[in-house]
Amino acid sequence: MMTTLLTFHIKDALRSRWLFAHFALYLIITEGLLLASGTGDKTLLSLINVVLLLVPLVGLVFGTIHQYNSREFTELLLTQPVRRSVLFGSLLAGVALPLMATFALGVFLPFVWHGGVTQDQGLRLALLLGLGSVLTITSVGAAFMVSTGQTDRVRGIGTALGLWLVYAVLFDGAVLLAVTTLGHWPIEKALLGIMLANPVDLSRLILLQVFDAAAMMGYTGALFTRFFTSASGFIMAGTALLVWMLLPLWSARRRFLSQDF
Amino acid sequence: MMHLLSHEHPPVEVRDIRKAFGANQVLAGIDLVFRRGETTAIVGPNGAGKSTLIKCLLGLVRPDQGHVFIGGINAQQDAAARRLVGYMPQHAAFPGSMTGRDMIRLVEELRQEDRAPDLELVRRLGLGADLDKPFRQLSGGTRQKVSAVLASMFSPPVYVLDEPTAGLDPVAGAALKDHMAAERERGATTLLTSHVMADLEELADRVVFLLDGRIRFDGTIEHLRTLTGKDRLERAIATLLEGDAA
Repeated sequence: MMTTLLTFHIKDALRSRWLFAHFALYLIITEGLLLASGTGDKTLLSLINVVLLLVPLVGLVFGTIHQYNSREFTELLLTQPVRRSVLFGSLLAGVALPLMATFALGVFLPFVWHGGVTQDQGLRLALLLGLGSVLTITSVGAAFMVSTGQTDRVRGIGTALGLWLVYAVLFDGAVLLAVTTLGHWPIEKALLGIMLANPVDLSRLILLQVFDAAAMMGYTGALFTRFFTSASGFIMAGTALLVWMLLPLWSARRRFLSQDF
Repeated sequence: MMHLLSHEHPPVEVRDIRKAFGANQVLAGIDLVFRRGETTAIVGPNGAGKSTLIKCLLGLVRPDQGHVFIGGINAQQDAAARRLVGYMPQHAAFPGSMTGRDMIRLVEELRQEDRAPDLELVRRLGLGADLDKPFRQLSGGTRQKVSAVLASMFSPPVYVLDEPTAGLDPVAGAALKDHMAAERERGATTLLTSHVMADLEELADRVVFLLDGRIRFDGTIEHLRTLTGKDRLERAIATLLEGDAA
């Protein structure tokens, strides 16, 4: 039953023009960066900023809109002998998997026809694609959490955009503001805790450490590097990222199972 | 499919269902038993609780208290209960890119049963080639016809029909009503809501009148007519409503 529903939801998503636009967006951006900067690390570093900004935005907005648009059909499917947990899993995978695939292909394909990458760059590109995929699951999970908790479509989409604004844009600025105003207090350990509270920043930290590009990190990144230059930093960041991936999924699933349609 | 329904249990049993949305008590203790081969019209003014009751039967709304049993299976706890139900919503929201035939295939796979649609019903509803067109190209009435075919595909022992003739042309409406009459003869239990009183008079054996989440009348159409002194169902229901308001 899961396979039937998953196949259906993936087919349904693949018919969407938005998904094609998503693929084309990454393809054009990556191609543009490759044409402008060549296949070196500079392109990958530029891609990090684009990916960290766009992936959560698309996941949150597309996931939320998809949920509202398919709500009535979800109701119809629930009148069939389908367990809610199975339907939830297929809905989630039906949105997240096509988004992950179009993102990965859009970023990867231009590298292929530009002559490929070195082994080191390949690993970095793989990490970028992997973390982009993790952020896709996290943001789609958050989108489902929002749409199951809010029946009003406009409010739901507004909340999703608000979440993106906070996590992808305002968070680092708020930390910087806190540091400049409270710099004379011993707030570094507190800041480390706060940094774990943002999956976008966490992904940036991991990526930029791998790229050895601390100079490009914001204040939060520099602080994190100082404390976690060893493997323990990666483990802590990885664990926090896993929690960030599972938490919205768990919350959205819990709400979906008890929701009234 | 009728064999799936145990003779020990009534096809549908509603026990002390209560449901509130915030401060609004929508269902305030509903007890009902729907018998085999019986067609029941659930009527009442807007906001009386009809939709919520139907959604409780379909497992879409979780009651705060009470249970719904379909063929003895708790509809809130076991999705298998819905295997016994054919549901026709008022507005079927199918994805625009799908065709009726895609939908039939999907439902077959979900039920893990290979059942061809009732070809006689397809013919009488005049669906034919429309089954192969994407839903976005179909009118609301044609979608409703597909919905009727889907609801009756597995010859379910229980039908839940929400405004079944809304949007249908008179020919298709008559075909659907003939089909439902034949299903009743077969022993199917039907629950329907409709604002078209002629449909209710034609199809229903029993009327359950809901008001403010409570049952205000439960009996045959004849009994309702006798009680209110009105020959026409619409007038009889209006009299019930006025009586309550007074």
